[in-house]
Amino acid sequence: MKKLGDLEVGVKGVINSFTDEALSLKFMEMGCLPGSKVMICRKAPFGDPLVIEVPGSHLTIRKSEALSILVQTEF
Amino acid sequence: MKIALVGNPNSGKSTLFNQLTGMNQKVGNFPGVTVDLMQGKMGLNGKGEASLIDLPGTYSLYPKSMDESVVFDVLCNPEHPQHPDLCLLVADASNLKRSLLLASQVIDLDLPVVLLLNMTELSEGKGVFTDPLKLETELGIPVVVINARKQSSAAQVKACIEQNRVGRVEEAFIDIKTIQPKVWKAIPDFVKGKNEYDRIQQAAGQHHFRNPNLESSKLEEVNQALKKAGFHRHRFEATETVRRFEKIDEILKNASREEAQLRPGLSARIDDVLTHKFWGFGIFFLVMLVLFQAIFAWSSLPMEAIETSFIWFSDIVRNNLPAGVFTELLVEGVLAGLSGVLVFIPQIAFLFLFIAILEETGYMARVSLIFDKILRKFGLNGRSVIPLISGVACAVPAVMSARTIQNRKERLLTILVTPLMSCSARLPVYTLLIAMVIPSKMIWGFFNVQGLVLMGLYLIGFFAAIGASWVFTKWIKSKERSYFIMELPDYKMPDWKTVGLTIYQKVRVFVVDAGKIILAISVLLWVLSSYGPKERMQAVDQAYPEVAENPDAFPEKAAIYRSAKLENSFAGILGKSIEPAIKPLGFDWKIGIALITSFAAREVFVGTMATIYSVQDPDNTGTIREKMRSEINPDTGKPRYNVAVGVSLMLFYAFAMQCMSTMAIVQRELGSWKWPVLQFVFMGAMAYLSSLIAYQVLS
Repeated sequence: MKKLGDLEVGVKGVINSFTDEALSLKFMEMGCLPGSKVMICRKAPFGDPLVIEVPGSHLTIRKSEALSILVQTEF
Repeated sequence: MKIALVGNPNSGKSTLFNQLTGMNQKVGNFPGVTVDLMQGKMGLNGKGEASLIDLPGTYSLYPKSMDESVVFDVLCNPEHPQHPDLCLLVADASNLKRSLLLASQVIDLDLPVVLLLNMTELSEGKGVFTDPLKLETELGIPVVVINARKQSSAAQVKACIEQNRVGRVEEAFIDIKTIQPKVWKAIPDFVKGKNEYDRIQQAAGQHHFRNPNLESSKLEEVNQALKKAGFHRHRFEATETVRRFEKIDEILKNASREEAQLRPGLSARIDDVLTHKFWGFGIFFLVMLVLFQAIFAWSSLPMEAIETSFIWFSDIVRNNLPAGVFTELLVEGVLAGLSGVLVFIPQIAFLFLFIAILEETGYMARVSLIFDKILRKFGLNGRSVIPLISGVACAVPAVMSARTIQNRKERLLTILVTPLMSCSARLPVYTLLIAMVIPSKMIWGFFNVQGLVLMGLYLIGFFAAIGASWVFTKWIKSKERSYFIMELPDYKMPDWKTVGLTIYQKVRVFVVDAGKIILAISVLLWVLSSYGPKERMQAVDQAYPEVAENPDAFPEKAAIYRSAKLENSFAGILGKSIEPAIKPLGFDWKIGIALITSFAAREVFVGTMATIYSVQDPDNTGTIREKMRSEINPDTGKPRYNVAVGVSLMLFYAFAMQCMSTMAIVQRELGSWKWPVLQFVFMGAMAYLSSLIAYQVLS
């Protein structure tokens, strides 16, 4: 299990769970649900914030926030 | 009939609102919270007039910020004055799954609803096709396909309401009672609701709004009961969200189909450039440069036109009304104040023309992306960059542009420090003083010292702004968590109707809300500088009887007469009385008077100096400079305006909050006098201390 914030650009993963309860609700509302595909599609200059792709949309997210999302990268 | 527009951010909700109401809209302020709501009216055939409210965009019923809590309050509290009779659910077809989460929650509150399916073209371009009829069957509520950018959408929506094509679902979207089942029995009977889902919101919703239907003792009882039953709010909301999405997935399986279409989008290719670590910043500064050039170049003509027409009109009034106190008040107080308000309109309009375009195209989201990491260190947000940079032109529109920052604390900090950026009104003061005390020398052959000092003053403003923000982060605490999770919308062409209405709204808010305060202060300042204790003013009149009779006949003496009048006015007396306090900064009472009058606007400094030094032609800064230069300090026998005084004065103008228009707009934007007063105090303290240090070190 890896943290989304630690992934390289372009590596695909599937969201497994969240480590921050309050943030998790916000993630889910925006379409980052456990089981959905996720990928970092680019990083802002200086490596933070990140742009991630979830089914249907692109989201901007700070690295610290992305570290609270656990993803599965091996299938 | 009260109608609410509900939907995700970027769903086209506000575009539709503009289509439905046109110019017939106003910014309504919510009692208690300082959230601006757009309210409007629209006519319905055979049903009279409906009032429409554009609720802040949100992703779910459960609020994460103060703006979003308004949505919860309006929808869940039946006593709320804006509680709707009908909800227009605006759904983004290209992201239907997410749109339906909020929609399903509103459906479960048992409010009459219509689902408006927007942006279907965009969605089909992405390969997602939705069948509105199947969606209607699955959801059990009417579904109407619209294109909010087209004028026809208004007619479609109106027809739908007129024909009563609105629905209510008998059966709840999800079986809410299976989530934390123990909790349901624990809710006391006195908590009423239209259904179970509504009831739990009434019971547990006090995290989001103060339930006015329950007394505080009963509220406490509810809280205890829920706690005892093991109610866990976060987990409840999370489970509910997951369940809803499961159901939505099922619905979409039937109602929409996806054709794999994975060519890299145009937006991604544009982003490769616009968020590039070199080109991204380069292009941003280029955009800003064009923006400034345009603001300065395009607004200078209309601004001059406004000022000239006021001067022309003032002359007519003066020549046609009997001379006296009333005419003076009208011309020097009211008309001058009105001109001072209206002169801001071109700058506000042009800045918001650009901001609306940047926002509409989706570029603003990229700006906030590339600047977030740098500005976050100072408690600001990526979006703070626009207000800060606009502050170089004028703090008034800059403060208004901080609206795009969603987090309240970050917005507050941005507004607090933006007036420290060197605005264009400081420029006349700087140029006058620099020309007077800084030698026009070259260093290394090509750097002019005067130019370097001017640039230094702009840099001081910028560093003071981000430094002050950093200090404030330690002081101002916020209950609201700072998120940066936002949607990065695809690039699109701006909707010109929205751009036009944004400009109209911003100008209107400034003129109506801030204008009143500016007008009042400018009248007050006029009274202070033209009236004084009777015996002193009479003494001046007696000293120059012929001038008092007919000032135009003796231009030379008239200048001296005006100077004597100002010296003996209340403002003059005030300026003299603060002399002991400003002496350590190197200022005398003449500067003291100018400090007081330039509270109206910083550039008034030059005009006041002209009056004090009895300059006949106040527009000629060369003469003012000469007069000021020849002033001798009686204590030292040397020129008054040496480098130490000049630098001290420039620093004072760099930091001090001498702008009633900015204070008025800050009050308007933050809904309290607390913040502009705080600004006045901290910026005044910074000004005083830096001037003190500069003068003491340099002299």
